[in-house]
Amino acid sequence: MEEIATNKNTGKPLETQEYFINMGPQHPSTHGVLRLLLTLEGEIIHNVEPHLGYIHRSIEKMCEKDSYTQIIHLTDRMDYLSSHMNNEAVSLAVEQGLEVEIPDRVKVIRTIISELTRLSSHQLWWGVFGMDLGAITSFLYGFRDREMIIDIFEETCGARLTMNYNVPGGLMFDIHPNFQKGTKAFVTHFKKKLPEYDQLLTENVIFELRTKGVGVLSKEDAISFGVTGPTGRASGFSNDIRKHNPYSAYTQVDFNEVLREEGDSYARYKVRIQEMWESMSIIEQLIDNIPEGDYKVKTKAVIKLPKGEYYQKVETARGEFGVYIISEGGKSPYRLKFRSPGFSNLSALNRMAKGAKIADLVVIMSTLDLVIPDIDR
Amino acid sequence: MKAIVKYIISIISALRTLIKGMAITGHYISHPKEIITQQYPENRETLKMFDMFRGEVVLTHNEDNEHMCTGCSACEVVCPNGTIEIISKRIEMPDGKKKKVIDKFVYHLSMCTFCNLCILSCPTDAIKMSQDFEHAVFDRSQLTKVLNKPGSKLMEGVR
Repeated sequence: MEEIATNKNTGKPLETQEYFINMGPQHPSTHGVLRLLLTLEGEIIHNVEPHLGYIHRSIEKMCEKDSYTQIIHLTDRMDYLSSHMNNEAVSLAVEQGLEVEIPDRVKVIRTIISELTRLSSHQLWWGVFGMDLGAITSFLYGFRDREMIIDIFEETCGARLTMNYNVPGGLMFDIHPNFQKGTKAFVTHFKKKLPEYDQLLTENVIFELRTKGVGVLSKEDAISFGVTGPTGRASGFSNDIRKHNPYSAYTQVDFNEVLREEGDSYARYKVRIQEMWESMSIIEQLIDNIPEGDYKVKTKAVIKLPKGEYYQKVETARGEFGVYIISEGGKSPYRLKFRSPGFSNLSALNRMAKGAKIADLVVIMSTLDLVIPDIDR
Repeated sequence: MKAIVKYIISIISALRTLIKGMAITGHYISHPKEIITQQYPENRETLKMFDMFRGEVVLTHNEDNEHMCTGCSACEVVCPNGTIEIISKRIEMPDGKKKKVIDKFVYHLSMCTFCNLCILSCPTDAIKMSQDFEHAVFDRSQLTKVLNKPGSKLMEGVR
């Protein structure tokens, strides 16, 4: 039987009460400026309330004065780890309005770079996840392999992170002659190095104890909160846009949608590791058959979209990213809305963290793979 | 008794995974060639960025201190952040006609997002991205640069 502490003077049992604590906005494990207001009883979490607004830059409002070419570079600064996919979403939405036929070469290059971006994002996530659990080694290993991808980007488009490689109608410039060679060298290298990730972290007993059964999200909850990406797929919610609404060259490739049923932190971890294998397989299928052709369709210097509404969604490393453009026929959109994956994923945090300990909250947040500028545009 | 056996087994399995992980660390200690760490700034002499690298916008000049900027302001219009400011003046040509040339090509590095749109928009390829990446200065005002060199003029034949 549990012993209840009593007040020495009165002999009555001691009263307990909930208390509040702020986690963030400067907490290292929130990966940015996210403030969580925790309601606790002892160390048990009763409620998590995220407070946003610390890195709000009003990107959607800024887009209303920018031309369609200029909007693209702003999306780099939202989910900076999948910047190419964000660029691609805006480009595809504008191309949908312009009704231009995109050359196959552009489609294939966009797909390869998207998958490389996904790999680099997952590598960074893997490193940071290890560090959140207290293992700094994984951080160094993750960044070592990511550097190779970043070098490929730097050689082809000149920027490492905020790439801005897409323009409405194609790509900014053609790929570098070394692109194919570099990508193939990376895939061969990383196929050898990915098993190291398992050896270092996945099979570790401490790691398994800290992630298995922590932060379980059921399939029903994942659907009702709109949790997409690897987080949703770990709960068994099949939501891969590359599979269900294929865009660019995803129709040409053969790959599996990684699904798991458990919905805990370990499942989310495994889904991302497995996705890295799938991404490499997609790259391997495309890299040798990049069709010849133009890298860009000629568009007018000032792009004007016909009056109407346009929506395009893509699969970023975190989930479904959507662009909704309302055009009045002018050179900039009348209204523009981004559907960012991080925002919806964060909304499920309260459900996942209820009843967990504070140390578990760090694990849960890390497996959600939050990028705060994406949540708080 | 059962609990003790279970406890000991868990310790042994934990040690096994620990050794497994440490094996990778041991591998890299014994194979120093696979380590990719670069010693910056010691390697400054050999460190070369890729040709496409977006360092900062520069106005190219030839040996005779001539540039190719006609002052058309295409880059100024296309820039999303107001990074480029072109201040032009009118000069009298030898044949008596007046011509618009640039007085100052002002570039605010502190506002630049390196989106590369200005380079693409330039009709005469006068500007390009340099490979210089060491932008740190002691005062913010030093980040506002005038790109055309003093005394420089428009190259013959560029219009």
